[in-house]
Amino acid sequence: MAYSDKVLDHYENPRNVGVLDKSDPNVGTGMVGAPACGDVMKLQIRVNEQGVIEDAKFKTYGCGSAIASSSLLTEWVKGKTIEEAGKIKNTQIAEELALPPVKIHCSVLAEDAIKAAIADYQTKAGTKGSKADAA
Amino acid sequence: MDPAPGKNHFELFGFPVKFDIDTDELAARYRELQRRVHPDKFASGSDQERRLSLQMTALVNEGFQTLKDPVRRGRYLLNLRGVDLDGETDTAMDPAFLMEQMELREELEGVRESDNPPKRLADLANRIERRMQDKIDEFRRAFADDVPEGTGKARNAVREMQFLEKMRREIDNLEEELI
Repeated sequence: MAYSDKVLDHYENPRNVGVLDKSDPNVGTGMVGAPACGDVMKLQIRVNEQGVIEDAKFKTYGCGSAIASSSLLTEWVKGKTIEEAGKIKNTQIAEELALPPVKIHCSVLAEDAIKAAIADYQTKAGTKGSKADAA
Repeated sequence: MDPAPGKNHFELFGFPVKFDIDTDELAARYRELQRRVHPDKFASGSDQERRLSLQMTALVNEGFQTLKDPVRRGRYLLNLRGVDLDGETDTAMDPAFLMEQMELREELEGVRESDNPPKRLADLANRIERRMQDKIDEFRRAFADDVPEGTGKARNAVREMQFLEKMRREIDNLEEELI
């Protein structure tokens, strides 16, 4: 199957690969996996006092589409509030990367990863359920 | 051609619908069934017989591939119990399991640069096989309880097996590269 140019670009030059300090109270970690293909994705965000995502890192073991989905997502969420970031839909990722139907689940994985990272941050910050104010 | 469509794979091969299966016996019954439905036997038969023979051959092959592999067999058993694992998009997994998978993949990544790649790779492969065996045992125990809780646990075990299978394939790929 041919990958789109955008997928190839992210696959060959993934943005924001790496790790953030898990023990930092401002860091949220989302860990998800796709049982259908065995892909594993870790996505981390560092959130400032205004609820804005200052940094995002990922590590994905999976196919090109899974790597591209997480790479693109880290680019998108930086500078967004956690509320905005939580509204990103997998369909937006799939559309941007022109993912074929059989690879849609890779974008679902990325959406679930950012949601899990936000939930982890909110649990740590004790603000689960409340909405962070965008400055 | 008596192996009629509509039977599930276990029935087709004459086994009870349960996880444990005698794989030698399975292989023997596979050869026997294959022989009985083989298209060559119906080369001079009617169009309908030839078509049926092809369908049955495909079904027998599919059944054998499904039953001989513990992961596919597990998925199939769940399917018979109404749990569909094909095309699912549920990404919620036990975080500790995912962490372990992440670490195993990081370790695999480091094999090439290690001082003894073949040994490191063999060690890793052994660990994966042990984990796979753990999950197979977990599945067997959970599936034996035909209650929602047991089925749920069995589903988790199969989902986790699929991550271990992926590791197996990656290990095989690296092994080929190292030769």
